[in-house]
Amino acid sequence: MAPTGDPILEVRDLVKHFPLSQGIVFKRQIGAIKAVDGVSFDLHRGETLGVVGESGCGKSTLAKVLMALERPTSGSVMINGKDMAKARGGDLKRMRRNVQMVMQDPYTSLNPRMTVGDIIGEPYEIHPDVAPKGERRRKVQDLLDVVGLNPDHINRYPHQFSGGQRQRIGIARGLALQPEIIICDEPVSALDVSIQAQVINLLDRLQTEFDLAYIFIAHDLSVVRHISDRVAVMYLGKMVELGKDLEIYDKPAHPYTQALLSAVPVPDPEGREQRERIILQGDPPSPANPPSGCRFRTRCWKAEEICAEEEPLLQIRPGTGHESACHFAETHDVVHAT
Amino acid sequence: MKNTATEVVPAEGGLGNDPLLAVDNLHVEFATRAGLVKAVNGVSYTLNAGETLAVLGESGSGKSVTAQAIMGILDMPPARIPLGEVRFRGTDLLKLKEEARTQIRGQRIAMIFQDALSALNPVFTVGWQIGEMFRVHRGMSRRDAETKAVELMDRVRIPAAKQRVNDYPHQFSGGMRQRIMIAMSIALDPEVLIADEPTTALDVTVQAQIMELLAELQRESNMGLILITHDLGVVADVADKIAVMYGGRIVENAPVHDIYRTPGHPYTKGLLESIPRVDQKGQELYAIKGLPPNLLDMPSGCSFHPRCPYRQDNCVTDVPELYEINPTRNSACHYWREVLDGTDG
Ligand SMILES: Nc1ncnc2c1ncn2[C@@H]1O[C@H](COP(=O)(O)OP(=O)(O)OP(=O)(O)O)[C@@H](O)[C@H]1O
Ligand SMILES: Nc1ncnc2c1ncn2[C@@H]1O[C@H](COP(=O)(O)OP(=O)(O)OP(=O)(O)O)[C@@H](O)[C@H]1O
Ligand code: SF4
Ligand code: SF4
Ligand SMILES: [Mg+2]
Ligand SMILES: [Mg+2]
Repeated sequence: MAPTGDPILEVRDLVKHFPLSQGIVFKRQIGAIKAVDGVSFDLHRGETLGVVGESGCGKSTLAKVLMALERPTSGSVMINGKDMAKARGGDLKRMRRNVQMVMQDPYTSLNPRMTVGDIIGEPYEIHPDVAPKGERRRKVQDLLDVVGLNPDHINRYPHQFSGGQRQRIGIARGLALQPEIIICDEPVSALDVSIQAQVINLLDRLQTEFDLAYIFIAHDLSVVRHISDRVAVMYLGKMVELGKDLEIYDKPAHPYTQALLSAVPVPDPEGREQRERIILQGDPPSPANPPSGCRFRTRCWKAEEICAEEEPLLQIRPGTGHESACHFAETHDVVHAT
Repeated sequence: MKNTATEVVPAEGGLGNDPLLAVDNLHVEFATRAGLVKAVNGVSYTLNAGETLAVLGESGSGKSVTAQAIMGILDMPPARIPLGEVRFRGTDLLKLKEEARTQIRGQRIAMIFQDALSALNPVFTVGWQIGEMFRVHRGMSRRDAETKAVELMDRVRIPAAKQRVNDYPHQFSGGMRQRIMIAMSIALDPEVLIADEPTTALDVTVQAQIMELLAELQRESNMGLILITHDLGVVADVADKIAVMYGGRIVENAPVHDIYRTPGHPYTKGLLESIPRVDQKGQELYAIKGLPPNLLDMPSGCSFHPRCPYRQDNCVTDVPELYEINPTRNSACHYWREVLDGTDG
């Protein structure tokens, strides 16, 4: 879907540091884990932004800050032009209602002692104005129907459902407050391949039906490609590349994106011996003590002196049509097997 | 000596008439309070030296239980093996006494576990844990065992192995700990290595490092590798042949190229079609409908029938045998011809 109009979400220079402290009685802060360290992007109505990157690069932290589950250390989040940090009272409540989340683990993210009806209806307890008491049961049954579950199962418990069905319950709860933005943090990773496609199709259908904007975090790059209009690549708390799905997948400009894409196993054995592969050496550095300049330089095969001295900003660079954060960005044509 | 015609042709010559490892009509069941769980219902596969067999299948299909039966590490009871053989160079391991099995387990047949990251003991150094293999099984002194441990850490490419041999597991990243697990599993030069989802918990970049390492170690020592996974990408990358499991059975086995080009079972076909392809952008994905089977209450006939687009009346009543498509391929589907032809049900 093509993004239109003003952005529904504007994120500017967002930073989230977790203090590292030492001592038991007198806690002293000795540093910080720079989980998200200066991230900016826009999201439009009906658009899907995919977010990819290695474990620990800050994807879930970004999601939590956008959900207002964590306070940002600095930077701003604007929803429909209003600054979340400055909103109070009813305004803040409405803003929070507008962003909902679907979690990774359908096995642990649902309270086992609550019925499905109570789980999906729980957001109405916090936002009673969305659905008056008398209407809630019918609303919940509508939601069950929307996500393809049997409305008669409203009184069942989570353990009576399969993994894919539990993920649908999570999605129904996410929809309860009629948000405009849904953040999906690894929504299909815990599911079997044969079930993943069902859930992705459901998310796709709901997006069209309700004009939802998604932030879709996942480590499966083929799933992200399928569902995203634009893709952001994160490394150690920074966005290193941001562009339309075709730009990222077919013409990646940042060395990290190129390595990431080449590491993904292609589900087709034809020509596997000839496939070009960049195997990164070493592990990602600690986010408590990131390298100076470009954070990827300790694993980058193109690194030069300037990479240690000057931080490359996320911007459009000569010869590339989309933003990347590399002094030596150059697009690299990727030939896909499928 | 030559392999019989029905054997999958090995990458390099087999050993004698029997392959390196042959699982034959294996059955495993668990007595539980809710009833008898028939986790493995007649699994057969073979592995030759230097070959990589990928075992593919969804959660609960019996991949790990089969591997545990090969290793002889199932708790019996509650587990029971009512039927079947696990032949290692022609000898049925299931008939061996426990002492004899101990000689084989970990030494000639080794395994990397699914939850490898928690399998390391947090209170011992990694060098001590790798060295234990040599102290226990080879009667080496502490010093010699530590030297061996450093060698192995080098072999699995842990940088500065000599300095790090006395570090504890928590001082290593997830990918490094997985390398240490691999070092332990290959310490005694096993002939068969079973890797149960060795990269599931790791990032793709680290996964690529680990898979490359396993392939190199395999080339060096010509061991047979059984790779258990549900990742169709990893399989396509490294496997010589594939066994697909569903509901505790092998539903299809075939050389890797054949299965991706022309799957011979509706379940395999459905799995391959549900991978998002580049040219399907913006379209609905193909999805296998329905849910995996309940092992306590398996569907009658073909256990895939409630989800199968090729189903005919007899599928509900008749259990399909593992039909031979050609000497290197089998499919447990009555209608494998139609599936191969691609005529949709
Ligand atoms: N509450 C917290 N306190 C301290 N550090 C934290 C906290 N939450 C996250 N971190 C750290 O912040 C960094 C980013 O974590 P985050 O969970 O956002 O990563 P991620 O990209 O979601 O990774 P994954 O792919 O593994 O889910 C990590 O180093 C993590 O250990
Ligand atoms: N000790 C046990 N007692 C009872 N049931 C068991 C036991 N161990 C395994 N099972 C059951 O046997 C079946 C097969 O399990 P197995 O671990 O082999 O699955 P798998 O194919 O390895 O799945 P996954 O991909 O999730 O690892 C499952 O339904 C499981 O619940
Ligand atoms: S800025 Fe330098 S180190 Fe960073 S990605 Fe580009 S070339 Fe590599
Ligand atoms: S035997 Fe019948 S139900 Fe089973 S896979 Fe084949 S066609 Fe489908
Ligand atoms: Mg996360
Ligand atoms: Mg398993």
